Amino acid sequence: MPTQIRPDRMRRLILKSAIAGLVSGFGIGWWPKVARAADAAQWPKDPFTQKSEADAIKALYGKEAEASDKVKLDAPEIAENGAVVPISVSSTLPDVTSIAVMVTENPFPLAASYKIPPGTLGMVSNRLKMAKTSKVVALVESNGKIYSATKEVKVTVGGCGG
Amino acid sequence: MLRVITVVIAVLTVAGERPAAAADAINPDADFKAFRDYYTKRFANVPLNDFVNGPYSMDADLRKQWQAIDDFPPYDFAVDRGKDMFATPFKNGKTYGGCFPNKGIGIRQNYPYFDEKTGEVITLELALNRCREANGEASYSYVKDEMASLTAYMAFTSRGKPFDIKIPNDPRALAAYQNGEKYFYSRRGQLNFSCASCHVQSAGEHIRTEVLAPALGILAAMPIYRSEWGGMGTISRRFVTCNSQVRGVPLEPQDENYRDVEYYLSYMANGLPISGPGARP
Amino acid sequence: MANTIRVRAVSSGEVTEVQALVQHPMDSGFVKDAQGNLIPPHHIEVVEFQHAGKTVFTALWGPAVAKDPYVKFSFKGAQKGDDISVSWADNKGESDSLVAKIL
Repeated sequence: MPTQIRPDRMRRLILKSAIAGLVSGFGIGWWPKVARAADAAQWPKDPFTQKSEADAIKALYGKEAEASDKVKLDAPEIAENGAVVPISVSSTLPDVTSIAVMVTENPFPLAASYKIPPGTLGMVSNRLKMAKTSKVVALVESNGKIYSATKEVKVTVGGCGG
Repeated sequence: MLRVITVVIAVLTVAGERPAAAADAINPDADFKAFRDYYTKRFANVPLNDFVNGPYSMDADLRKQWQAIDDFPPYDFAVDRGKDMFATPFKNGKTYGGCFPNKGIGIRQNYPYFDEKTGEVITLELALNRCREANGEASYSYVKDEMASLTAYMAFTSRGKPFDIKIPNDPRALAAYQNGEKYFYSRRGQLNFSCASCHVQSAGEHIRTEVLAPALGILAAMPIYRSEWGGMGTISRRFVTCNSQVRGVPLEPQDENYRDVEYYLSYMANGLPISGPGARP
Repeated sequence: MANTIRVRAVSSGEVTEVQALVQHPMDSGFVKDAQGNLIPPHHIEVVEFQHAGKTVFTALWGPAVAKDPYVKFSFKGAQKGDDISVSWADNKGESDSLVAKIL
């Protein structure tokens, strides 16, 4: 991830910051010294638009995953609400470089993918949308190999919604 | 005077049973005791103050999911917005704080109250819009957005404080209380449910994936961020949608009946801590 | 105008735990509005966390991440008082960022 910002981009960012500053008056937080680093160009469209779990794994990692008890996936038995399902992935594997989470029955199984640089722990907690009862698959990349853990989460319609 | 009536009726009543409806006197204290005993007996393993956590006091797996969400909850944005709104003066220079005791901080647990001057039940939501109108501002929708942010902030400043709802010795207040009680127990809608059908008789049971919250302390967590709504909703919103869900025609937010049932339910929760704002499915 | 990002970063020993909550509709593109028309997808694609000029965590999100999304992770090498910066970019070109102090 480059830390240098191109001059024209920096100019646009400074201008945007100044305008935002004037418009918002006293906002919470302030513009970071390292300018907006999240770049949508990083987003890998291919894996996120695959319609099957196998294709998504292939597009994301290019190899298959093997189930491992060294990957721990924490997810509820029955989701309180399919719109917000808290899940956690952790692992005792060494040198984790990425974690991905899939909801196999979703229209697009790949829900999220995380890049783990050296110095960052191999764990993540997140909240997902699940269209219906489905397996949730956690994938952990360690030393170039992909390991997985799976759990089924039941999702039904709530009775009090409306 | 109310205490005398209570004692008299308690003496005249068979021990442990709810006073007969034959007694004309409206008896909130006896109702309170009966209501509370019902829940503490039926859910003997639930610590009293935990009832304010609604379905999460009833189901361990749901509780775990709720705790994961409540650790860093989505209603935080509403609380921040409410705080900003409180700090921002109206066009005339006055603020929300000017309309409330203690500048509106740490007072949510006293609402609703019965206004003896006007003879009506004043809920927090009603008081907020009246504050706006009195200061030349347009009123907000009662069900979400700004009203939810304001009540979220006010609830947050009252977290942990016990409900302290008063029924003054005034026949109009007692009538409002009784009207609320009646509304709570009356069936309505195509599904022919009363509030009690779900929240008294079926409390703790499943309605599809969800678990029905006990009516005891049910308003303590308001306003709530519901996953179902993908956002915040107020007491008004919940009453309106509950009516729709039993296929009944909902009343207008802050209708007298809604205010009266809020009065009744809040009185029943006296002593229980404010837990709002809350996260719910 | 309030920021869309809330961060809580707490350092304990050599590990800093970071929690972030972002206000965003995360529309999946599969939900219809009241008129029956599909609401187009509008979701965060990238969330970047930086400390001392280095990226410490990158989240790549699809539409299946819940509305008003949350993420928690932990990293080493920071201490109390350091800055951590969070920024996000979505599929419509919108973005936001925040710098917070590690507690």
